[in-house]
Amino acid sequence: MSGTACVCQEIECREIEIDYNQLDKIIRDDYGGNKETMIMMMQAIQRVYRFLPEAALKYLSQVIDVPLTKIYEVATFYASFSLEPKGKHILTICTGTACHLRGSGGMVRHIAERMGIEPGKTTQDLKLTLETVNCVGACAVAPVAVMDEKYYPKATIATLNDFMDRLDAE
Amino acid sequence: MIEATQTALTPSEVTKIMSTEALAEYRQKLQAQYDPNAPMIYVCCGTGCQAAGSVDVVEKFREILVGSAWDGKVVPMIKPTGCHGFCSRGPLVIIEPQDIFYQRVTVNDVQEIVEKTVLNNELIKRLQYKSAGAKESITKASEIPYYAKQTRLVLKNIGRVNPTEIGDSIIRNGYAALAKALTQMTPQQVIDEVSSSKLRGRGGAGFPTGLKWESCAKQEGLRYVICNADEGDPGAFMDRSLLEGDPHSVLEGMAICAYAVGSHRGYMYVRAEYPLAVKTLTTAIRQAEALGLLGKNIMGTGFDFEVTISTGAGAFICGESSALMASLEGKVGRPRPKYIRSVEKGFRDSPSNLNNVETYANIPSIIANGGNWYKSYGTERSSGTKVFALTGNVFNIGLVEVPMGISLMEIVFGIGGGVPNKRALKGVQTGGPSGGCIPIPHKIPDINVGYGKLAEVGSIMGSGGMIVMDEDTCMVEVARYFVNFLVEESCGQCTPCREGLTRMKEILDRITQGDGREGDIELLEEIGKFTNNFSLCGLGTSAANPVLSTIRYFREEYEAHIRDKKCPAGVCKKLFHYEIDPDICTGCGLCKSKCPVKAISGEKKKVHVIDQSLCMKCMECYKNCKFRSVKIM
Repeated sequence: MSGTACVCQEIECREIEIDYNQLDKIIRDDYGGNKETMIMMMQAIQRVYRFLPEAALKYLSQVIDVPLTKIYEVATFYASFSLEPKGKHILTICTGTACHLRGSGGMVRHIAERMGIEPGKTTQDLKLTLETVNCVGACAVAPVAVMDEKYYPKATIATLNDFMDRLDAE
Repeated sequence: MIEATQTALTPSEVTKIMSTEALAEYRQKLQAQYDPNAPMIYVCCGTGCQAAGSVDVVEKFREILVGSAWDGKVVPMIKPTGCHGFCSRGPLVIIEPQDIFYQRVTVNDVQEIVEKTVLNNELIKRLQYKSAGAKESITKASEIPYYAKQTRLVLKNIGRVNPTEIGDSIIRNGYAALAKALTQMTPQQVIDEVSSSKLRGRGGAGFPTGLKWESCAKQEGLRYVICNADEGDPGAFMDRSLLEGDPHSVLEGMAICAYAVGSHRGYMYVRAEYPLAVKTLTTAIRQAEALGLLGKNIMGTGFDFEVTISTGAGAFICGESSALMASLEGKVGRPRPKYIRSVEKGFRDSPSNLNNVETYANIPSIIANGGNWYKSYGTERSSGTKVFALTGNVFNIGLVEVPMGISLMEIVFGIGGGVPNKRALKGVQTGGPSGGCIPIPHKIPDINVGYGKLAEVGSIMGSGGMIVMDEDTCMVEVARYFVNFLVEESCGQCTPCREGLTRMKEILDRITQGDGREGDIELLEEIGKFTNNFSLCGLGTSAANPVLSTIRYFREEYEAHIRDKKCPAGVCKKLFHYEIDPDICTGCGLCKSKCPVKAISGEKKKVHVIDQSLCMKCMECYKNCKFRSVKIM
């Protein structure tokens, strides 16, 4: 089984292939179709697509028998879920207290300006998503940037610029 | 955490432990294999050290020592451990049996460490620790003031055990307290022991743990034991450290609680932002189940207790008990009114005992050593020790475990090493976003840290975040930062919290932008009191603390922003400018070379001047001037 879903949110129309066998594996095999594990199922789906495609959520709703509105309520309540496609690379800048005191706010503004996106948003070419997080618990090495799940301690605007330069070269 | 490849103590070799005697025998067997005088290299692999490259350091040690190139006689064991707590010096390496402490170790240092220190007992000066201002470096980890002045009860195993090896925990008496509880104590005796320890919830509210267990045990039907590992306070990381460094203490504490309250199902609710903690816990639960220390028929006693991990999805409010339980059920985390407590009706409408990670981690030692032993630490009203996450403008950043009642100045100066860059201490913020700023040493000379004392000065214990702020910190900006955080994290269902926070944020934004008006301070106080008095849950009822406590102690800073349009600390960019004091400037030229926008001019050895039209107020000149001639005006 496979199908397509259209995601027209702020970016140009893109078709996303949904692999329902894979969805079944996540929902039924990994989590036993248990409604209570819905948040973790949604996290697993997001790991596959880098966001929550509408078609996948509709399918989830049918399989675990939870109204789609409830699923959207959860998707919009928790900060880690995204209903828009995320970029190939994800740059997360910690804005926890210790990082804030050491200037992480300026790093967020710098990248936002350089890439022309607001925090939480993705570049037009789907290359980069800029995110902020409230604390990754590595306060001793503040400010911390996390690029594609790798932690960069004592990050500076120069560290981030290197990363952006590499992205531009891709 | 990295998989261990070297140690022989893997649980796959043993079958299930079917009695408490069998656990003791297994422990003796492991201890017999363990030679305390054998060389051992501990490498910290907590989140902080991993970020600084400790995984590569471990790999390099393995490559040299385990590989064929090694011709030394005794192969030292390499032990990747959880967070040692001294994160600002990471990656940390400790070499036993000599207790040699090396800091900021990189892959390039490993060869030298092996050749000089491991083989020839020779010290490498540049990797050793030196206290601020001291000439002599310190060799032993236990002699470093940062460690020597702590009392590590709950953190005792961290940095000494490999969290992915259950054998390491068992050697150090892991699960012995559970064995004792299951075979020598009734559930009521367990509760009485915990009550007599006077342990109070370490998550923030400080509710007596024994009393909570007692009320849960009285309920009928299926009960749940839940661990709150949704450590959302920015600047607090003791729970992360415990989960990553000593997961079995937490699991054992939960199992003891389950026995006491009559539960067989446990849930661990972990923040999704802590992937390493989730991974370590998953391994720990698997290993404990394989040995029969968790799961069905634990140690052959007939007692069952299964633990499931559930991850959060990035919502601060889910640290609140009823929100957490809603989230566990797969719903949005909105708190409910507490006419009925969750020990009566919580998760799945069943009685649920929720405690914080650090609370559970304290339980095994209390059962093993008795409530009176625990109570001998700390004060009458706040017993035992507490782990604080010391961060901000302080030399030694990391986790510190101290007896309750210790002086705050001792934490900042004695353990923390004081404030760097010759700046003065302005205050300490405790309790996370809903806490308060304590103006030591100027307005309050010092306080003894405990639940009651902190409340007296308008702050809270919270989960133990402790953020040191120096004279360059603007208190209005700090209040704005926390309120902004809470605006984003408020669930929005009750009006006082949702609207109160939003209005306070508007006013604080205005003040820090230079548009403050007469009456703003009074308005903030009025909204703040209203928000704190009439919100539904714990987030809302403490949400105004950062505003109210900064107004209480730093009112003159608010007034300077509003009346004089000045930010005395030099943080709010629209409200200050830098000037070079011609009487102090030596014309060294450092500021000129550091300025990224070439706003500073002046000849060598002559007074320099800042061109205000070019200056972007980046602080470089201010931070770098050796003579403090750059002034905030």
